[in-house]
Amino acid sequence: MAAFGATVIRAGRRFLSSLPALFGVLVFTFLLMRVLPGDPAVFFASGPNAGKEEIEVIRKQMGLNKPVPEQLMLYLYDVGSGNLGRSMMTGQLVTKDLRERLPASLELTLTALLIALVTAVPLGVLAALRPGSIIDHGVRFFCALGVCVPTFVSGLLLIYVFYYLLGLAPDPTGRVDIFASLPPRRTGFLLIDFLLAGDFDGWWAAFRQLILPALSMALFVVAPLARITRASMLVSLGSDFVRTAHSVGLPWWRVVVTYALRNAILPVITIAGIVFSTMLGANVLVEKVFSWPGVASYALDALLSSDYAPVQGFVLLMATVFVIVNLLVDILYGIADPRVTIG
Amino acid sequence: MTKSLLALSDLHVTFSTRRGLVEAVRGVTLSLGEGEMLGLVGESGSGKSVTGFAITRLLDAAGRITAGDIRFRGQDITRISAGDFRHLHGAAMAMIFQNPRAALNPIRAVGDQIADAITAHKRMPRGEARAQALELLRAVQIRDPEKRMAAYPHELSGGMCQRVMIAMAISCNPALLIADEPTTGLDVTTQKVVMDLLTGIAAERGMATILITHDLGLAARYCRRVVVMERGRLVEEAEPKTLFRAPQHPYTRRLVAASPTANSRIADLVPEEERGRHLVMHVASRPRPAPGTPPLLEVQKLAKRFDQGAAAVADFSMTISAGESVGLVGESGSGKSTTSRIICRLIDPSEGEIAFEGQSIGHIPARDFHRSSFRKDIQIVFQDPNDSLNPRFTAFDCIAHPLLRLGGMRPGDALRQRVEECAQRVGLGIELLTRFPHQLSGGQKARVGIARAIACRPRLLVLDEPTAALDVSVQAVVLQLLDRLRREDDLAFLFVSHDLNVVRMMCDRTIVLQNGRIVEQGESRAMFDNPKTAYTRELVEAVPHIEPELAAFAT
Repeated sequence: MAAFGATVIRAGRRFLSSLPALFGVLVFTFLLMRVLPGDPAVFFASGPNAGKEEIEVIRKQMGLNKPVPEQLMLYLYDVGSGNLGRSMMTGQLVTKDLRERLPASLELTLTALLIALVTAVPLGVLAALRPGSIIDHGVRFFCALGVCVPTFVSGLLLIYVFYYLLGLAPDPTGRVDIFASLPPRRTGFLLIDFLLAGDFDGWWAAFRQLILPALSMALFVVAPLARITRASMLVSLGSDFVRTAHSVGLPWWRVVVTYALRNAILPVITIAGIVFSTMLGANVLVEKVFSWPGVASYALDALLSSDYAPVQGFVLLMATVFVIVNLLVDILYGIADPRVTIG
Repeated sequence: MTKSLLALSDLHVTFSTRRGLVEAVRGVTLSLGEGEMLGLVGESGSGKSVTGFAITRLLDAAGRITAGDIRFRGQDITRISAGDFRHLHGAAMAMIFQNPRAALNPIRAVGDQIADAITAHKRMPRGEARAQALELLRAVQIRDPEKRMAAYPHELSGGMCQRVMIAMAISCNPALLIADEPTTGLDVTTQKVVMDLLTGIAAERGMATILITHDLGLAARYCRRVVVMERGRLVEEAEPKTLFRAPQHPYTRRLVAASPTANSRIADLVPEEERGRHLVMHVASRPRPAPGTPPLLEVQKLAKRFDQGAAAVADFSMTISAGESVGLVGESGSGKSTTSRIICRLIDPSEGEIAFEGQSIGHIPARDFHRSSFRKDIQIVFQDPNDSLNPRFTAFDCIAHPLLRLGGMRPGDALRQRVEECAQRVGLGIELLTRFPHQLSGGQKARVGIARAIACRPRLLVLDEPTAALDVSVQAVVLQLLDRLRREDDLAFLFVSHDLNVVRMMCDRTIVLQNGRIVEQGESRAMFDNPKTAYTRELVEAVPHIEPELAAFAT
């Protein structure tokens, strides 16, 4: 119980200490958007032949005529009161857009991470158990392939094979068939919402939509996870305590799982956290290929049309997610390793 | 003659390394009777540990038995399958390792680890296994065994971890116990307790034991028969008495001479014929300092508290005169390292005054002390010659570094000359100066560390366990070197060590620390021969000496 309390305190401290970084991200993105070429007012004026006055009016409406420091203060005030602004593209509040789209991205990324971990950890362990063997080289080859093939290529390949040739996968557009009925929204995670609604056919449909994009994302991150598992498994298999475990005659699976793997998994947790954060932001390619209504493709569209508010909101969201994921990693680490004390 | 339990005949073990095959054990033949305790003694690289690991089949993947056989209860165990060997591990033969904390799984409670060892060979419910584990913790005399069941290795001291390791090793009552340097790195008093416990348990349960150690004294104290190994071969096998009184093999002779005992003098450590040309002792009597001159170093009421904790050092006062050698001994946690670090101004004291030649240096923050002119007067030789040298610096760079930083020298011929002179003084070949630390042996690295410390001609040298990581024969040479340097330069030493025999030889006076406080101090020999406090007596008695043991054998 004391250990749990310590973990909570540590997590809280960690969160507080990351607030200045979040603030920095906020200001930096704001300034970056102003520096980038492109004038949103021109973009959103009714047409290419819109008059100068019309653009001026829009600019005034958007507050772009004020000096940048004043804009920044206004923006910070808005963010402080929970208002991330309004998207010019969708015409909706950015917070609302993000709230709708974030679960889609999270669901995809989490599933991909799960697939990647379930594949990578056993592969890494197998490779470490027989370093230099056929298995080791096979795993290395598979990992190299996963990294070399960009996600949009592997995504298209998967679509080609499973949708076009074999017809196993459904139409690769969006999270569910457009004609299917959605479950009542509770968490935003379709798999969970369908389960809560007791609609198993719907769950299966959503799952089938999810599996291809998740696979193509997972392929890309199997490599770092498998490599780190292999490396830390090698260290742990060569350590004194594994030798001790052998010396008292523990069965080999016990040595490998309870002694070596449980120690080796610690760095894997750290890498998994980093991989997750990267995936969440970088899965724009997969979201585009599979028309997945996630936050990354939303941010890209906004950036292309100089729509300031959604981009700023997205970056802030990513930074926050990164902080939270790091926090989770920290807590997991504290649970997995009794040596970690309050830092 | 007891029944033979283990018989090695012409055992060869080869390691495949990057530089080709290396034969670590070349033809070892020995036998061990049931319940017998055998000492396997040798320096690093002698193949003693490899022999132990070959018997228990725990060699690294690169190591392989290339010839010979190992008969355990008459069966050649080099030929049985890995699956069958698992049933021997722990049940018939078990091992105790050198670094007890690393040998235990860091993220598993020790009780569970012992229970794992039990259930590896006996089918039983988890609860029963844990109950047996508790009994074992009691058997190895761990205080509060109920509480310790749930402890993790990092929460226990080194001695406690070794007891847990012993508990695991004896959990299934093996017939053979191989202890590989079981007490290296532990305090002398802990060493005594752990070794007494180990031999007691082995005798009680009739386990044959092989004690692998570099410490002749330890082997002499606990074993009836001692085998000496050198470079993969057995060179001598005898009872301790004959081995130490009349060593036959030249290597054994050298080893016995190099092992410091209560009566040895520095000059005795290396046999006459092997002393280098540098080692001619000229015992010039030191001119007495004129009355009224302040001592070289004066420390008054020093105290150090690390955040919130109890005082690591409290009320510590001492003086050192020029050319004097003062020993600082105590167990780990006694504050001797903290004290030495404060005195050489690497950390700041919480209270107290430090004066060097009458000038106060205690108030200069440790962070700025490198800019003080006293930095080059107080230098330090670190414990671990491996970790205290920059791996990217050649020996030359290491020695030149303080000259450039503190001596105000510029790269050039003068610097080169000075470095070479320092190297010569410590007996380091000039041709070795271009090498990187990993290309040097332990003894050579120690010499580089000493050369670096004396490069700026300091007045006071703080030596933090300078020979703890070295083999005895290398230690002997390094100690002689240090003593010669001290006499030549009129250097003062603050010699921190846990090895009382070494301190007795090296130091005029000795200070005994316990829990950060001075418990006793005085002239070294007199104090150790006739300790006044119980703590000092305990320390002295815990040291395994060769001669007193022999006396005990004789009676």
